[in-house]
Amino acid sequence: MEQFFAALTLSAGYNTALVCVGAALLGAASGAIGVFVLLRKRTLVSDAVSHATLPGVALAFIIAQVYFGSGRSLPVLLVGAAVSAGIGVLAVDWIKTHTRLTEDAAIGTVLSTFFAVGMVLLTIIQSMSIAGQAGLEGFLLGATSGMLKSEAMTIAVAAGLVGLAVVLRMKEFSLLCFDEGFAAASGYNVRWLDRTLLLLLLGIVVIGLKTVGLVLIIALAIIPPVAARFWTDRVPVLVAIAAGIGALGSYIGAALSASAPNMPTGGLIVLVLFSFFVVSLLISPVRGILAAALKHYRFQRIVHLRQGLLAIAHDEPVLEPLTRSILRRGGFMGGDGQPTVKGQSEARLIERDQKLWNLYREMHPEESHALADWSLKPIGEVLPADTVKTLEQELTPHVVRDGLPGAGGAN
Amino acid sequence: MDIFLQFDLPSILLGSLAALACGLLGNFLVLRKQALMGDAISHVVLPGIVLGFLFSHETGSWAMMIGAGVAAIVAVLLIELIRRIGNVEPGAAMGVVFTTMFAAGVVILEQTGTAGVHLDVEHALYGNLESAIWLDAYTLSDLWNLQALATLPESIKQLFVVNVLVIAFVVLFFKELKISSFDPLLSASLGFSPKWLGLALIVMVAIAAVAAFSAVGSILVIAMFICPAATARMLTDSLKMQLIISGIASLSAGLLGYLLAAFGPGMLGYEFSVSAAGMIAVVAGLQQVLAMLFAPHYGVVMRKRKQRAHAAA
Repeated sequence: MEQFFAALTLSAGYNTALVCVGAALLGAASGAIGVFVLLRKRTLVSDAVSHATLPGVALAFIIAQVYFGSGRSLPVLLVGAAVSAGIGVLAVDWIKTHTRLTEDAAIGTVLSTFFAVGMVLLTIIQSMSIAGQAGLEGFLLGATSGMLKSEAMTIAVAAGLVGLAVVLRMKEFSLLCFDEGFAAASGYNVRWLDRTLLLLLLGIVVIGLKTVGLVLIIALAIIPPVAARFWTDRVPVLVAIAAGIGALGSYIGAALSASAPNMPTGGLIVLVLFSFFVVSLLISPVRGILAAALKHYRFQRIVHLRQGLLAIAHDEPVLEPLTRSILRRGGFMGGDGQPTVKGQSEARLIERDQKLWNLYREMHPEESHALADWSLKPIGEVLPADTVKTLEQELTPHVVRDGLPGAGGAN
Repeated sequence: MDIFLQFDLPSILLGSLAALACGLLGNFLVLRKQALMGDAISHVVLPGIVLGFLFSHETGSWAMMIGAGVAAIVAVLLIELIRRIGNVEPGAAMGVVFTTMFAAGVVILEQTGTAGVHLDVEHALYGNLESAIWLDAYTLSDLWNLQALATLPESIKQLFVVNVLVIAFVVLFFKELKISSFDPLLSASLGFSPKWLGLALIVMVAIAAVAAFSAVGSILVIAMFICPAATARMLTDSLKMQLIISGIASLSAGLLGYLLAAFGPGMLGYEFSVSAAGMIAVVAGLQQVLAMLFAPHYGVVMRKRKQRAHAAA
């Protein structure tokens, strides 16, 4: 626990601090880019991208080993990863456009066969029996322990750059996601923008390989935007929240994994991110479960109260237990089940309101269908004053205003 | 001969049987545009497998199988829940669920110390095809000897049972699967709910995924699900033919892949062998590439040629 707080406050050693900061930057950048990938509905393409990095990593390692004598250079490996991931993306596109197979089958094919090629290459590397190959295993599930200072620095800087690029291109990407036609008409090269988006995603995947690992890296681009989606509908805010969730989650996850042995970094980051998602799902005021439940409860209360009062006005017995308890709590009904004075007067008001509503529906059937609040709120709160006045005149042509209780008695 | 029987044959059987079970079910995943469900399921079963193992303390146990089945159902429900409540596209909901459950599996695996004993993360990803051995086999006649057959590795027997289950499922529900894959509305109006059949299919997929899991690992299982079915889909329009072709493609990928992995480098003069599970998936992928290019009707090359002939005429 102490270790965890030390890591969290950046005081558990220079390397750990660097790793945590690097993870946070990575999380922020991938959260930001993930928003556009999500809006463009290309989420699972990133799964193919991440798995397709493996053969590139392995091949780059072999080539670097053969020609330069040492394979363990992070930039070289990452370039290899980027190249094979790029080929993977092109392959998905090719299968999708040139054969009768659908996109999901194309993604599945590419991710599994590329990964398989990578595995075969890894076993070749193992049989080459050279030092330094142990680091390659870290690319699968992420390993930050034993990460070199220069590597952590590379990751932090690269993630920061990608994040910056996303922020700078935010307007164009939003256009691309919401109105491709308009973007094209405004003179943007849509194809090129789409490529840029994928390229940035590819960059994030490649940078994140070492920290989170290729199996779980896509979670960094998926979970933060999906969680952020609960809080807002505006793109800039969405990007900011997704980046924030990504950064915080990755930071805490990296700190947790630094604080104890046998704690896989990638797995922990994903679990922390998921907890953010669950919190958003529950308590978001816009479309969270709690907000929805509260809304339902309020709606239920209004309907029951209104129906109960109408029943009182019509001298009908109120039998529904929930309605009774709501009426009692409002002081409209006594303990003996008889309406109170307050209940009587409120019932008259509601009855009149209901009559006005009914009349409105008769006169303007279409408008009243379009109204969400029809007969839920007092009519004066929903319709403009002059409309209500006309209705009132229509209802009681000869009585002035605030007429006798039960005026009209048309029922 | 006995070396082949003791070491190579069990691995070939394991690989081919795993490929067959997954390949047959994969046809329906591909047709229903649910190929990535195979991807998701092969990831989400990990926590179920680990918990099942912690419960029973032996690999290849039925507890692991049940754990995986439960994990798959939980995942399907979660995906549905997130999709409905969160109003996000199915792909994203799937991504959230399968990465999280896989991450949970990895963390439990590392934390409980199970890792390294019988089950570890590398095995979960790569599988362990080469570990299957059949020490009681000496001559070819042992293949007909029930006593000797009883000593086959547990995982092979399990896969055999799973294959029987899968084939029975496909044969018994062939009509229902066919109609609900091509026309869910018709299926609903005929009285069998495409939803329940879909769930049953997912559970079968989970069972096949787990049985194949120990042999080829969680990611190559995806290749088994998709590649043979996609290969067959390129070659035919008839579902029956597609099932048969995908079965042949699965079995041949299992056999060829293993042989290439075990003896390929040797033939090139190298001393080592490469990952058999990986090679099986590579062969399955190559078959698909060939089918995509040269399939008589739908292949890219043939279509180009036809177009040219058309243009010339």
